[in-house]
Amino acid sequence: MLRIPCPHCGLRDYTEFHYAGDATKLRPAHGTDDVRVWRDYVFLFDNPKGVHLEYWQHVEGCRQWLVLERDTATNTVGRSWLARDCAAKTEAEQSHAAT
Amino acid sequence: MPPHDAHRRPAGGRIDRTQPLAFQFEGRELTGYAGDTLAAALLSNGVGLIGRSFKYHRPRGFLAAGVEEPNGLLTLGTEGRRTPNVPATTTELYQGLICARQNGWPSVEFDLMSITGGLLGPLFEAGFYYKTFMGPRRGSWMFYEPFIRRAAGLGAATHLPDPDRYETANAFTDVLIIGSGPAGLAAARAAGRSGCRVTLVEQDFLLGGCFLTAPTDTPEEVLRGSLEAEITSMPNVQIFRRTTAIGIYDGLTAVLVERQDHARPDPTKGEAREILTTLRARAIVHAEGALERPLLFGNNDLPGVMLASAVRTYLNRYALVLGRRVLIATNNDSAWTTAIDLAAAGARVTIADERPMATGSLQTAAQKAGIDIRLATYLVRAHGSRTVQGAELQAADSAKTQSIDCDLIGMSGGWSPTVHLTSHTGLRPVYDSALGALVPGPWPAGVIGAGSVTGRGDPLADGHAAGTTAAGWVGFAANTGEPQHAESVTWVAGWANPAKNRAPDGGRAKVFVDFQNDVTTRDLALAHEEGYESLEHLKRYTTLGMGTDQGKTSNIAAAQLMAALRGIDLQTAGITTYRPPYTPVSVGALAGRHTGAHFRPTRRTPMHDWHLANGATMIEAGPWLRPWFYSWAGNDVGTAYVAEMELVRTGVGISDVSSLGKIEVQGPDAAEFLNRLYTNDFAKLPVGKARYGVMLNDDATVLDDGTTARFSDSTYFLTTTTAQAGEVMSRLEFLLQTAWPNLRVHVLSVTDRWAGMSVAGPKSREALTLAFPGLDFSNQALPHMGVCQHEVAGITVRVARLSFSGELAYEVYVPADRGTAMWETLLERGSSLGMRPYGLEALASLRIEKGHVAGLELDHRNTLDDLGLGKLASQKKAFVGRELRQRQELQAPDRWSLVGLECLDAGAKLRGGSILFAKDEPIKGHGRGYITSVTWSTVLQKTIALALYNGGLRHEGQEIVCAYPLRNEQVRARIVSPVFIDPSGERMRA
Repeated sequence: MLRIPCPHCGLRDYTEFHYAGDATKLRPAHGTDDVRVWRDYVFLFDNPKGVHLEYWQHVEGCRQWLVLERDTATNTVGRSWLARDCAAKTEAEQSHAAT
Repeated sequence: MPPHDAHRRPAGGRIDRTQPLAFQFEGRELTGYAGDTLAAALLSNGVGLIGRSFKYHRPRGFLAAGVEEPNGLLTLGTEGRRTPNVPATTTELYQGLICARQNGWPSVEFDLMSITGGLLGPLFEAGFYYKTFMGPRRGSWMFYEPFIRRAAGLGAATHLPDPDRYETANAFTDVLIIGSGPAGLAAARAAGRSGCRVTLVEQDFLLGGCFLTAPTDTPEEVLRGSLEAEITSMPNVQIFRRTTAIGIYDGLTAVLVERQDHARPDPTKGEAREILTTLRARAIVHAEGALERPLLFGNNDLPGVMLASAVRTYLNRYALVLGRRVLIATNNDSAWTTAIDLAAAGARVTIADERPMATGSLQTAAQKAGIDIRLATYLVRAHGSRTVQGAELQAADSAKTQSIDCDLIGMSGGWSPTVHLTSHTGLRPVYDSALGALVPGPWPAGVIGAGSVTGRGDPLADGHAAGTTAAGWVGFAANTGEPQHAESVTWVAGWANPAKNRAPDGGRAKVFVDFQNDVTTRDLALAHEEGYESLEHLKRYTTLGMGTDQGKTSNIAAAQLMAALRGIDLQTAGITTYRPPYTPVSVGALAGRHTGAHFRPTRRTPMHDWHLANGATMIEAGPWLRPWFYSWAGNDVGTAYVAEMELVRTGVGISDVSSLGKIEVQGPDAAEFLNRLYTNDFAKLPVGKARYGVMLNDDATVLDDGTTARFSDSTYFLTTTTAQAGEVMSRLEFLLQTAWPNLRVHVLSVTDRWAGMSVAGPKSREALTLAFPGLDFSNQALPHMGVCQHEVAGITVRVARLSFSGELAYEVYVPADRGTAMWETLLERGSSLGMRPYGLEALASLRIEKGHVAGLELDHRNTLDDLGLGKLASQKKAFVGRELRQRQELQAPDRWSLVGLECLDAGAKLRGGSILFAKDEPIKGHGRGYITSVTWSTVLQKTIALALYNGGLRHEGQEIVCAYPLRNEQVRARIVSPVFIDPSGERMRA
């Protein structure tokens, strides 16, 4: 079945990972007190047919959270990134935008 | 009965007459030869009646010689090895094989059910289940169901455990080639020459595919031999025989099942009967060939009616002449080779070909062999009582029928490429109207086909090209050379449009489409009439294609018939989806070694051996083994836990709590991190103190509860419930890595590093003082919820004053390798206080008396308020879940929230899972709540429970009913506070 490229550990079997859903949603900053923003984040998501970014955690390896590109129609796996790197970038952009 | 002239020729075939094999058939000792299948061996012994059909109990013989066989299913083996529904056509004969026929009572020879099958036949038409067993009352189906269930099916499975061993394996390869016919062998030769890793998979025990239907003294055999010799000499080519590729999955993965029954594997020596391999390839070549189609005519299911290529296989591979007066009925060229070979073997052969002419060379050869050739003639009906005795033919231009006597009919309705595996990953086959067949759809990346599975001719060139292409994809482009030449071999094609129904007026003769599930053309017409015309509906309404043969000989005919009824073409009519497995798989092979104790890992605490040596009965708590109760307290759990509870409430007990999840949280921002996560304040938790906290999911349902202790400014020790440890750890990592990457925090799972023991009861302070003489456990030194860490005799000891039971209690943690030593020390030094161990049952019961929620209450749908913990929600800070907690739905007054229950019926039991109703309410529907945890309270001397109830404690004091419909029980109870004892917490704070 699938083999997933972990940036630390290389190409590993999908059984070492735990799938965790949509990675394209932006989590509201902690302390955001608008319930509608949280409602949209938790309950609404797109379900695209085609290439999609999603979270996987390498639970039986380095325990890092990854953002993985996967085609939901063909189940072909693409590139991966450490979630930590994407998040740091996003936070920097958010705080830069705020200033 | 059998083709009574079936005889084994004295020479020829691919059997070894120097190796006779004895086997048992329904108690009779019979003999076959090495190289026989069970079907061939039975036929050689004159066994032609091989079973009774599914619905009508009609006599049946073998239809085929291979995997597409629908009728010839036998029960193999006895007792724990008894396996029903095994196709005899793919079972390699071995010494000592035991087999019997199925589905006849009292026997297949004299089957009483055939009478009902005949008389009641008209009632058994398609969809009869839905029409017949519906009344007289609603619910009548439940009366009929057991009878139907007993009458249904073919073979019966055993209830005994399987004594055999099965293995699973993982493997990798560059190029996987499925099928060792001409195209597969050519592809393996090419890919092998390129130098890459090649895996060739063949379900038969011989390599060659359709080569094996030709006589052994032909250019085909020379060619086959030379290809096999070259491939087996290549060290980079791995060949799996007796191995079926049962499924193709994403990522170019194939699952293979290899059978070893012929080698009589001995499980006591660790020898496996079947090996399931998950093979990950970088390229796949499909070379699965094609399967022959039956013809549609009256009584086409009689024993002695077979596929023409099967007749040829039995003749040329197994040296069996199955009839003396043979009719070959066909709509294509391939069956002519069967006719010619049979004539050469001395049979009288008639060939009826629906076409006005066949390929010239075949016609000439047939004429020379003295075959009675009838062109533009089709077969309308066969007849015979238990075996075929004659047939009626009809010429295309005549209304009259011609009668012919025959003892064997070889039929060919054309061929269907074996597209199953090619479509497992969702690639739908495409109908090719020039070929009259479904061929694989466009290949995805890394996949290619060769030979008759694609509908193309010239398998040698095709296979060579496919093997070369695949090798190129994996980076080995060169050196594959030229395709094998074979000028003297003629490839006879068999493509033809799907057969028409040659007995459309029906009459009394049934025309079978699906032999295994007894589906006739009349059933299809009925389904169409009733509106079940899409193939998906047709399949389920008639059960066509749903047998163990998965419709290998029926799917295309059904599609064609339905398309004709609907007046549309085959591509529009569509096909049903092919899913794995291609052929049935043993559950044993899927399980491999993961059975019994190896089904999943077992986790043991550091004190495990001590528990076993000291009278503990263990119980599974998820993957953990934990002590359930100890023998000092009683011989069964019901007595023991009560005594253990008494000890904790009045003296002091010790319990192993090592399985709780433990996580170290470290870093300058650790306080901020925990403060964001828990609903209550953690930022101001002083060093040396612990606090009970609850963390929520983003949607405000409770994720977990636990106690977190602060050992320094930047170090926390977080505990979780046993069940949720993994999920909580992942949650912490998720937030730190994806949401709050700028927090300087590290988390580390330390569950397995610390042994934990709970010392609980009014005498627990004394017990710890006796165990650690130098340390101060007074109320001032270690107050309620305090924690401390000491070095004692060079060992780190952490003590937290926490109470799950509601008594004065402490949790002692030491490194795991010191766990047993610490446990023994505590018991030894506390022995004067009467300290003894207590188990999980007592631990759970104690906390129920105290109203502490645990895993049974945390059902992943509850909120803080549902559990009576609303006061833990801070008003002053943001925490995960805060906003969505305020949703209307979560504030609704009729939500099921935590209550306590006291049993009112003396002597009655309350049961976990009981459904709760208000007093005098009718007992139906979902009720108003359910019981989560139950125990006998030693303090109150009555049965108590925790439950979730509509409106919760607003109904305090009310009487309700606890219903347990599975045992027809209804018990009265009263709603009370869930904190049954010591509500002010005096005992804990002593």
